Amino acid sequence: MTSPLVSIRGLEKRFDLSGSLLEQITFEGGRFRRKQEAVHAINGVDLEVHKGEALCVVGESGCGKSTVARTVMGLLSPSAGEIHYDGQRIDNLERKDSLPYRRKMQMIFQNPYASLNPRMTIQQTLEEPIRFHHPDWSPVQVRDKIHEVMHSVGIDPDWGSRFGHEFSGGQRQRIAIARALAVDPEFIVADEPISALDVSIQAQVLNLLMDAQESRGLTYLFITHDLAVVEHFGTRVAVMYLGRVCELADTKTLFSAPRHPYTQALLSAIPKLEDDRPNHIRLKGEVPTPVNLPSGCVFHGRCPYANERCRQEVPQLITTDGGTQVACHAVDEGRL
Amino acid sequence: MALLEVKDLDVRFAVRGGDLTALRGISFSLDKGERLGLVGESGAGKSVAAFSILNLIAKPGYIAGGQILFEGKDLAAMSERELRKIRGNRIAMIFQDPMMTLNPVLTIGTQMVEAILAHRKISKKEARAIALDRLQKVQIPSPEKRLDQYPHELSGGMRQRVIIAIALLLDPEIIIADEPTTALDVTIQAEIMDLLLNLCEQENVALMLITHDLGVVSQVTQRMLVMYSGRIIEQGPTREIINDAQHPYTQGLINALPQMGEPGERLFQIPGSMPSLKNVPTGCPFHPRCKFATEQCKQAMPEYVRSGNVNVACYEVANLIEQEKRMQEAES
Repeated sequence: MTSPLVSIRGLEKRFDLSGSLLEQITFEGGRFRRKQEAVHAINGVDLEVHKGEALCVVGESGCGKSTVARTVMGLLSPSAGEIHYDGQRIDNLERKDSLPYRRKMQMIFQNPYASLNPRMTIQQTLEEPIRFHHPDWSPVQVRDKIHEVMHSVGIDPDWGSRFGHEFSGGQRQRIAIARALAVDPEFIVADEPISALDVSIQAQVLNLLMDAQESRGLTYLFITHDLAVVEHFGTRVAVMYLGRVCELADTKTLFSAPRHPYTQALLSAIPKLEDDRPNHIRLKGEVPTPVNLPSGCVFHGRCPYANERCRQEVPQLITTDGGTQVACHAVDEGRL
Repeated sequence: MALLEVKDLDVRFAVRGGDLTALRGISFSLDKGERLGLVGESGAGKSVAAFSILNLIAKPGYIAGGQILFEGKDLAAMSERELRKIRGNRIAMIFQDPMMTLNPVLTIGTQMVEAILAHRKISKKEARAIALDRLQKVQIPSPEKRLDQYPHELSGGMRQRVIIAIALLLDPEIIIADEPTTALDVTIQAEIMDLLLNLCEQENVALMLITHDLGVVSQVTQRMLVMYSGRIIEQGPTREIINDAQHPYTQGLINALPQMGEPGERLFQIPGSMPSLKNVPTGCPFHPRCKFATEQCKQAMPEYVRSGNVNVACYEVANLIEQEKRMQEAES
């Protein structure tokens, strides 16, 4: 097997909630105490993205999927763990050394209403990254490149002098994709790129992303909560829950034979066209807050198969016969 | 007689440079205990349709024509005073974002009691008992405690349960739910939809569910309307439309779903996007995006034709039905 394009190793990310030193000090039981609280957004994630694939990360709000995306892109620095790109560690690089990676890795955001600068024309929006990464290019080269990417996302290059607000949501997302493609990246992180769009527009944008993958040989890290999209788009899927990967498998395997109880519940909750009634697997309670993580398996409080071991010991990802990697004691012990 | 009957409803927004027509000739009915889905993409007018039933469209919007008959009385012609007796009492609404609909500075209990006392002459204690009963109905854990909590102390799913409990407070005949689960995660969405469906069945409440999610519509509703650019383009039994959609737009909407495509293959896509109200195309508003469009489609909006139990507004479908008829006649 070839070495992965991007590998995430032992990634952890905490967001400190406790504020300054003075805010941390409390008076309890006759003495001063220092209290620190943090949101544990990612708690030890290992993932590898192979060249040419679309690795989808799915999960519900608060599971840490967007934090993974942002940490990989260097928008957030990890609290622990490493990010490697093509064999090179990139999470600790100096600004100057990170520049080539910033060209090779691009990001598409969820909301195209917020991710395009309202004061810039489309021409300016697309020009900026090209000029930044290729300062030696002539104006003609820059213009040709802009025309090329605008064509490839289906936006008429004559519209370059317009502003973002003059376009519909779908068109804006196309422009955001064009901006990412303008510097010829190898790897694209797409954080919920179609969630803000209507169904018929979602299909257009998904097709565009698939075309770009084929014609430019792109590799995707695709973050989404929409499992139907994953089934269609993903090569492999990682399911996250409370900052951990609970299952990782080929898309086909995951959808035909989900192993982790959480994956099973998640899959059953998608409303399907052929359903006459909701027929999901019921889970107890709700996702706990990532401030005070449950001990043991983070899912044990809602899991119908939880036992004492689940409450004590954190399950590690194990590879099952089907090739699925799953972090679950019940699967490990053959109870499930 | 239908419980609610909307006839030829027109809603316009008066803006500088003339009126924009948000709804044109909307007609549908809702029977007691029936569940009806309103489907369409953003800008189709489904929320305007829902809001206009209780005359909740804010200025510059106004009802320009048509009738909204609730138990035979026209809501569109009613005074504000009369309408207030119906809103929240006989017809309740559930909105998309539970954080926006709950008052952040009042406890859940206060808000519920206030809503009851606005319509019933009973004591606070009795009202509180009703509130508690409704919270139990929506299966909120420790309901007694929730009455004294503020909205921010509850999770998103819990808040939406509270909203449903509030909608049920005064035993309404109709609940209008505008994208009630769009802001929620899939597993929570499934729970809330299941709850709403069960309650409507138990209490025999009619539900008008506005959503863009065809999966939810097929799970919950018996009949559905598909809206496009302020018009109803297809309406009929949900199962029939989902399995065999007639209108090219409905077909496109269903086929564009990732679950309908082969994994890894391109998805079916409808070209273009929904027109803005400022420049709605002439004739059938869908014609610029429709692969069956002819000269006729550009001229005038097609009349509804019946195919099975479904009403469709499309020339192409009308022609097909006509052809089939002629073939049958020729055979016999």
